[in-house]
Amino acid sequence: MEHIRTPKVENVRMTDRLTPRKSTVGTLYLSSTHTIFVENSEARKEIWVLHSLVYNVERLPTNPSGSPLIIRCKNFLVYRLLIPQEKDCLDVLASLTRLSRPERYGELFCFSFNPNLDKELREKAWGFIDLKAEFNRMGIPSNLWHVTAANHEYRLCDTYPSELFVPKSASPAVIVGSAKFRSRGRLPILSYFHRDTSASICRSSQPLSGFSARSSDDEQMLQAIMKSNPVSELMYVVDTRPKLNAMANRAAGKGYEIEDHYTNTKLQFIGIENIHVMRNSQQKLIDVGELVAPSMSDFLWGLENSGWLKHIKAVLDAGIFIAKAVAEDGVSVLVHCSDGWDRTAQACSVASVLLDPYYRTIKGLMVLIEKDWVSFGHKFSHRYAHLDGDPKEVSPVMDQFLECVWQLMQQFPCAFEFNERFLIQLHTHIYSCQYGNFIGNCQKERRDLRLQERTHSLWPHLWENRAEYTNPLYRTDHSQTQGVLKPLTTAYCFKFWKGMYGRAEKSVASHQSPADCLNVVREESQQLEEELSTHQEVPRETDAGQETCPTEGEENFRGEEDQQAV
Amino acid sequence: MEFAELIKTPRVDGVVLHRPFMPTVEGTLCLTGHHLILSSRQDTTEELWLLHANIDSTEKRFVGSLGTIIVKCKDLRVIQLDIPGMEECLNIASSIEALSTLDSVSLMYPFFYRPLFEVIEDGWQSFVPEESFKDLESMTDEWRLSEVNKDFSLCPSYPSLLTVPKDIDDESLCKAASFRHGGRFPVLSYYHKKNAMVMMRAAQPLTGTNGRRCKEDEKLINATLCAGKRGYIIDTRTIAVAQQAKARGGGFEQEANYPQWRRIHKAIERSNVLQDSLIKLVEACNDQSHSMDRWLSKLEASNWQSNVKEILTTACLAAQCIDREGASVLVHGTEGTDSTLQVTSLAQIILDPACRTIRGFEALIEREWLQAGHPFQQRCAQSAYSNGKPRSEAPVFLLFLDCVWQILRQFPCSFQFNENLLIMLFEHAYASQFGTFLGNCVAERGKLQLSQKTVSLWSWVNRPQELERFLNPLYEPNNLVIWPSVAPQSLLLWEGVFLRWNRSTKCLDEAYQEMVHIIEYNKELQNKVNSLRRQLAQLETEDSPLQTP
Repeated sequence: MEHIRTPKVENVRMTDRLTPRKSTVGTLYLSSTHTIFVENSEARKEIWVLHSLVYNVERLPTNPSGSPLIIRCKNFLVYRLLIPQEKDCLDVLASLTRLSRPERYGELFCFSFNPNLDKELREKAWGFIDLKAEFNRMGIPSNLWHVTAANHEYRLCDTYPSELFVPKSASPAVIVGSAKFRSRGRLPILSYFHRDTSASICRSSQPLSGFSARSSDDEQMLQAIMKSNPVSELMYVVDTRPKLNAMANRAAGKGYEIEDHYTNTKLQFIGIENIHVMRNSQQKLIDVGELVAPSMSDFLWGLENSGWLKHIKAVLDAGIFIAKAVAEDGVSVLVHCSDGWDRTAQACSVASVLLDPYYRTIKGLMVLIEKDWVSFGHKFSHRYAHLDGDPKEVSPVMDQFLECVWQLMQQFPCAFEFNERFLIQLHTHIYSCQYGNFIGNCQKERRDLRLQERTHSLWPHLWENRAEYTNPLYRTDHSQTQGVLKPLTTAYCFKFWKGMYGRAEKSVASHQSPADCLNVVREESQQLEEELSTHQEVPRETDAGQETCPTEGEENFRGEEDQQAV
Repeated sequence: MEFAELIKTPRVDGVVLHRPFMPTVEGTLCLTGHHLILSSRQDTTEELWLLHANIDSTEKRFVGSLGTIIVKCKDLRVIQLDIPGMEECLNIASSIEALSTLDSVSLMYPFFYRPLFEVIEDGWQSFVPEESFKDLESMTDEWRLSEVNKDFSLCPSYPSLLTVPKDIDDESLCKAASFRHGGRFPVLSYYHKKNAMVMMRAAQPLTGTNGRRCKEDEKLINATLCAGKRGYIIDTRTIAVAQQAKARGGGFEQEANYPQWRRIHKAIERSNVLQDSLIKLVEACNDQSHSMDRWLSKLEASNWQSNVKEILTTACLAAQCIDREGASVLVHGTEGTDSTLQVTSLAQIILDPACRTIRGFEALIEREWLQAGHPFQQRCAQSAYSNGKPRSEAPVFLLFLDCVWQILRQFPCSFQFNENLLIMLFEHAYASQFGTFLGNCVAERGKLQLSQKTVSLWSWVNRPQELERFLNPLYEPNNLVIWPSVAPQSLLLWEGVFLRWNRSTKCLDEAYQEMVHIIEYNKELQNKVNSLRRQLAQLETEDSPLQTP
């Protein structure tokens, strides 16, 4: 509370830049966790903005009508306020600037957020996503793969989970040796097993090969992975970086696998740019969304200049390469980048979405994010600036994964159980720090923070509200739901994600959504089904066999027409 | 002339047809007077029936004795025919070339086409001006139907019946006509029932460099204003273009002579610029090797989306003047046959829910395009693959359809029709078995005797069997004005037309089917429940006297 200089400002105007007549006047409140705007209108509409979602606060020069303040959020919503007194504006600015940049984990909202769950329910909620069950679901043959205890207490690699799936044929010495030859000890481990072909997706960080170094343990590790796929005598190593970047790393004693040292291994570079390029690219994209009355050329030029869609395509291409290798060629793939927690996570998870229909369900996507991102040490708190820290660590890695999924949804409208809203909601929660799931940078850190005791899990909350996130076109028995997705990646297939990046202006929001209409229709159908089943029980009891008579249908049709005419 | 003279080789065996995203077909190629046909004689593969009129351009290549003809169609499809034998290939190529560029309208397919369906409602009679005037009469008595253009001598591109203010006599109309380009004096385009404001359209006034004026023209448009109210003149050209027009005898309304009108200039492009834009856009869409940067820069350079935005913005402006400002509007550009019609017809879709039904939309096209004298034959003579010298081709109508699609996409529940109707209209405007889009104006159509000698497109579309394909399952009548967003990010590339042949639509079609299925199932349930409810109610009324104590 000590950071709040003024808890309440009256007669604040919330403005809409495109349609000024949609502006509203109300009272602004600052709490320790939220900025709250309450409209003066009779409806007393409220807007709540989490401090942890605030990306920046900008004050424009005071003009005769007041002091303008712009609050930009990490989920790309923008609020424009006009505060009557300059002093109040400065106070709000100072308070929000401090409140939106917590310095310690303890200040984060998740530690004070209390949705009134008792202890038992909270614990149960944390068990909602069970990765052991997920590896079981994959049908991993226990004669080929097993869980190693090598990383017990995070001895081997402090950014990996404690339980790791490795080839059964890899000895403990090989495992330790391989970890030593990899950046930050992130040795090759199993991420996904494809039952249909027995091929697997493994992941790691870059090898410490430099210009000449080699490790027989690491080479044996890759052999073991290849041999865990009995039908194939080849494996791919996918280095998701541009080749030039990978080569530059050799000078620092890192680099990539020399094909001569790893028998029957093919190395493939994909060319996803690093986190700094992506951060700048997204900023340019956001700027495009904020242009005032842009012309079509401004917009298209800005979109091109941002390079964003090019990067999305690169990530999707990586996923497609891996999925094709696994599903069509039946070849196992080891994926890595530099540290193996950004581009690697993107490539593996996109490939998994393409390969396995389960990951296209609501629960499945949660599981995938928990596995490929949370458990394998994607640095959420660094990447999404949960704490005030090094701005160079921040990058929209997860944003890009979610967008790849969205781009796929455009091509395969029936293939996903969830809708766009689900992706946007996930995106918001990754940044918001309301739930404990994405706090910290790895499993060890989360354990040390005792997050499961002190915070709540997002997943059951989303699951309870899944009706809101359901794609009406999804059917489990639909052909698009089955099998591997093979998207087209011609440049024109990639679109600007308006639902995500076009939210700076409220008035640009879509007017009607077919999916929402369909959901309403489907809900109504469900109610009708229920009514029908109760109705049908009555006539059956009294007058069996007279449920419908042939003329009824016509009469009803006429009845409906009459209603419309009225 | 006999078509046989043009067909040098009527038939070649062993021809291989390549189409993107479809399996190749080997079969016999036949040329008839109006069609190119490829038949494989196998039941499983689809035959190709292509109207010669649909062919925009052809290219031929030879590798040894195997010739290849690339056929580029006006509906933007590109197909490849591999023809064994150099002579056969050359013959086929030159025949296609000749048959697809016939000069005489009366040789076009609509004059030879005999429908395989029974014409129940003659589309030629479906939308007559007298009928729409009756609707107008039920709302206001300020207007009359003038026969001043009965013999098309006053304005060759106008229909014979025109709606004009009641207080303006035919003599004044003649004078006003002499003051407007092509004789296109201001006429009623739309009456906004909600506030009795109107939209009129015309061609540019012939003020010339010396600032000519015409009292009758001023009186004519002032007659549509309420006392003390100002109106808006929307000139679809920039002020610079309008100024330049003066040197050629055209011009714009001077404030001094039209004090009750506020003039607004917009910047809708002219025909040859639009044609160039279409060619560039289609070129960009057809090159699948483009990197992301190149694709976006080509898309931008084509300016197509900018054109869509500008047209929609102007239409929104006209609609805004009428509905929000409560003012009457006069729209014109230069000739009043292109950008003017784009604006007036789109404004009506925004304002008038009736235009969002199938019938209403057909009536709109009939009224604001066909009868209003949009020169379809000239504008649609060539499409995106035209490589000859451009004459007066321009995708004016296609841009209109694109704008309708943008609104439809933003208001997916407010239209009775779906995207298929728009795509179908695009196809038929460029090549058709029906006579509807032949000729450039009502007078020409009369001379060609189209209504006697050809079948109307509407006769076919309005059959229940065909209509079903064009119905939007999500339609919920919406009586409100719909304001589309014209922000660049809200306007998308019309993939249904421009990427139609460059991707498989299987998954999207399935999604559409799924949507139809969900809605039909709901209707079915509703019917069942309603019938049961009724039965229940009946049972209750029969039972109730007994139950009452």
